[in-house]
Formats: sequence, structure tokens, C-alpha cells
Amino acid sequence: MAAVTFKDVYKQFEGMGYPALDHVNIEIAEGEFVTILGSSGCGKTTFIKMINRLYEPDAGEILLFGKQIRDKDPVQLRRRIGYVIQQVGLFPHMTVGENIATIPHILKWDKERINAQVDAMLLLVDLEPQEFKNRYPAQLSGGQQQRIGLARALICDPRIMLLDEPFGAIDAITRENLQNELKRIHTESKKTYIFVTHDIREALKLGTKIMIMNQGQILQYGTPEEVLAHPADGFVEELIQTSGVSESLLKDGDGI
Amino acid sequence: MENAIVYFQNNGREYFGLLMGHIGISFVSVLAAMVVAVPLGIVCAGRPRLKSIAEAGFGLLRIVPSLAILILLIPIIGTGVKPAVIALVLLAVPPILINTVQAFLTLPPEMLEASLAMGMNPREQFFKVKLPLAFPLMFAGIRTATVEVIASTTIASYIGAGGLGDIIFTGLALLRTDLLFIGGGSVAVLSLLTGYLMDRYYRYITRWQP
Ligand SMILES: Nc1ncnc2c1ncn2[C@@H]1O[C@H](COP(=O)(O)OP(=O)(O)O)[C@@H](O)[C@H]1O
Ligand SMILES: [Mg+2]
Repeated sequence: MAAVTFKDVYKQFEGMGYPALDHVNIEIAEGEFVTILGSSGCGKTTFIKMINRLYEPDAGEILLFGKQIRDKDPVQLRRRIGYVIQQVGLFPHMTVGENIATIPHILKWDKERINAQVDAMLLLVDLEPQEFKNRYPAQLSGGQQQRIGLARALICDPRIMLLDEPFGAIDAITRENLQNELKRIHTESKKTYIFVTHDIREALKLGTKIMIMNQGQILQYGTPEEVLAHPADGFVEELIQTSGVSESLLKDGDGI
Repeated sequence: MENAIVYFQNNGREYFGLLMGHIGISFVSVLAAMVVAVPLGIVCAGRPRLKSIAEAGFGLLRIVPSLAILILLIPIIGTGVKPAVIALVLLAVPPILINTVQAFLTLPPEMLEASLAMGMNPREQFFKVKLPLAFPLMFAGIRTATVEVIASTTIASYIGAGGLGDIIFTGLALLRTDLLFIGGGSVAVLSLLTGYLMDRYYRYITRWQP
């Protein structure tokens, strides 16, 4: 069964002359790490936000693990989907521990279970629980904030994670570390990850599949090797060329 | 100075009563203003038309001096504590109302979206995110209102509400500067001290801010 299915999904925001998503069809298999690549404004965020019903399609159907999401209560649906965005996503008035426990609190887990899981999540993202639990987001570096964002999304062990340019505003070295850890967490968890980026190297490094978008359409969906070896059209080819990534680089592995 | 010492020796109990009366009237007035202004502000934040009506109405009230309101109220409800509290509530509502509206209108959209994306229902979003993020600005309005009310409660003594203003009005009647000094000084100290304590609390509730 596919984790996510889009059937002819169409979305045009009011006052816009062109659609944000233009008859999108895609099937994402469970366990994939999909990186969505495309220039700004091409519909990546819209695609992501449709999956947790922050946006509703004008037409078409979206299925999550075989079930129509429009039949589900959005509130319940969202509690089962991990969602990570750029830094701004942490609640500034809550401590790190409270931020990570957001959904468990809503779900009324008992205190001990919450505490234990918060600690486990902090360890998972490589932060010392005792040192970080009681800090506020403003007292953390950008990279640390992003780890907390990950921990918060992961705590209920969602079957699917949506990540919208989570490492967009982070320096290169920290970013590299976060990418490695995210990859490790994904490999261990076998869950489905959908990760938006506009950095082609990041997309190639993390993705088991790459989805390339332009002007509301999906131009290509395939493994990094496929995309590099057989770009679907001129746009994809140019994207690869201008970024200076070549197939040989990919084969070398660590270079990317 | 000696007069002041003599005053406290002879009138200690009475002074304490007036002080407590002053604090009591101020406290009740601010509390009542909060009960009116906070819910009204939250509702207004979501309704632009209601917001402009309410702000214009209370803005108008604000330029009428509280003494004038007091005197206007005499024929309607007479004298004493009740009209005083009404006038003080009218005085205290605008700063709380305006700050509450502002606080809820300036909530960061990405926080609202993040809370929805986490799966909060509207109620959870209100209590876990909106209210705590809005609270510091609301509290700043409450602080402004409180300091204004403490000062204005002095005038309320004029219509028989009691409080530290009694000492000042007695001083004026008897032409005794020592009483003016004691009354005025007490109000000043009370208002500074309250402001200071509220600032401390403000720093506590904003401890998470960078
Ligand atoms: N909430 C919205 N209201 C109106 N237009 C929007 C909204 N969100 C996105 N758009 C528009 O839809 C298009 C796609 O946006 P988005 O999905 O955010 O692109 P990306 O994430 O790829 O940069 C853009 O033209 C953007 O201006
Ligand atoms: Mg985007």
C-alpha cells in the first residue's frame, strides 16, 4: 500500500493567476525518504500542507495509507503526522521539554511516560536531556532548535514525517550533521519521510526518491541515480547542470 | 516632619484603614476592568468592526477626566464607593482593552499554524499558545491601568469613597501641609511600589523572551 497518493490534485489560491498545484498525480511508497526539489514558489509547501490538511485541494483526492484524508478529522489526522518547519516552529514560551511533549500532552499521556519519551527523543537527536530540557528555544542555537523540532515531531512515532526546508537557515557544518542524523533516524525507523529542500545536494544525499517540481507540476519522480542519469526534460537537466552535481559525484558518495 | 510622626502616633489605625481602603478600591476596580476588557478584547480582535466601535467608545471616555465622570455619576448613583468604582473601571478598561486587542492581533501566524499542524483543537490552541503568547502585552496594559487607578482613587475620596485621598482633602480643608505631604506621599509610594512589583512579575512572565 502506498503511504501517500495524490490523484489529479489541483489547487489555485485566490487572486493567483496560475495554480499552485496543477493536476498532480503521485504515489509514494511506504518507507521512502522523498526529497522534493524545486525553485521557490513552485508548490512544494502547498504539496506538503495538503497532506496534513493545512490546505484543502480544489479538486482531486489525497489518500494516506489507502484512506481518503478528507474523511478524517483534521485534528486527529495531524496528531499522527510529524511536521517540521524552519526554526520558527518551536513555541517560544515553552521549554524544550514542553515543546517536545506538545502532542503527548494533548493526548494526555501520563507524566512518567512523557518524561521518559522526552528524554529518549533528546538522546535520539543527540542532545543531553538534563542540560536541555528546561531551556527555552531562545537559549538554543539554530541547529539545536532544529533538533528539538525533529524530536517534537518524532515523539509519537508517526508513520509519516513532513519536513519543509527544516535545515534551510542553518550553517553548512551543522547542516551536514543534521542531515546525517536524519538519515540515520529514517533508516532505523523505516517510516515515510517527505522532505522539502531547494538544495540539490541535500536532495540527492537524503532522498531514496527525488521529486522534482516546477510551476505546480511534478516533472520527475525517481531515485537519485535515475534522475541524474536520465533527466526527464530540459528543466531537470539544467537544474542538475547549474548545481554542478554530476553522476560521478553521486557514485563517490561522500562527496555530496 | 515631627507633625508627620505625631500624625502616625495618633492616627495609625485610621491611616491603616484608609490605606487598605485605597488598595481595596483600586484592586476591585482593576479586577472588574479586566473582567470586562479581556474577553471584550479577545472578541474584538477577531471582529474589526466591533473593535473600532469599542476603541472609539472607550477612547472618548478616556479624554473625559475621571473627576468629571465622578461628578456626572452623582445624580445617577449617588456618592460613595460604588460610583467611584464605576468611574475607575471606565478609566482602567481602555489600556487593558487596547493591549488585549493588539496582543491577539499580533500573534505570529507561523505559531498559529504550527499549533494547528501539531493537532491542537481550537480550545487547546487558545490556552496553550494564543493566551500565553498574548499575555505579556495584556499584562503591560493591566500594569498601566493599575498605576492610573491607584492615582485616581485619590480623587474618588471627593465623593466619599474613602482611601488615602481623605487625608489630602482633610489637609486642604484644614490648610495643613503635613497632611497633604502624608497623603500625597503615601499615594506616590503605593503607586511606585505596585509598579515595581508588577515590573518584576512582567520580567518573570517574559523570561522566555530573548
Ligand atoms: N496561503 C496562501 N495564500 C495565497 N497564495 C499562496 C499561499 N500559499 C502559497 N501560495 C502561492 O502558491 C504558490 C506555491 O507556493 P508554495 O507551495 O509555498 O511554494 P514553495 O514552497 O515551493 O516555495 C506560490 O505562488 C505562492 O505565492
Ligand atoms: Mg515553501
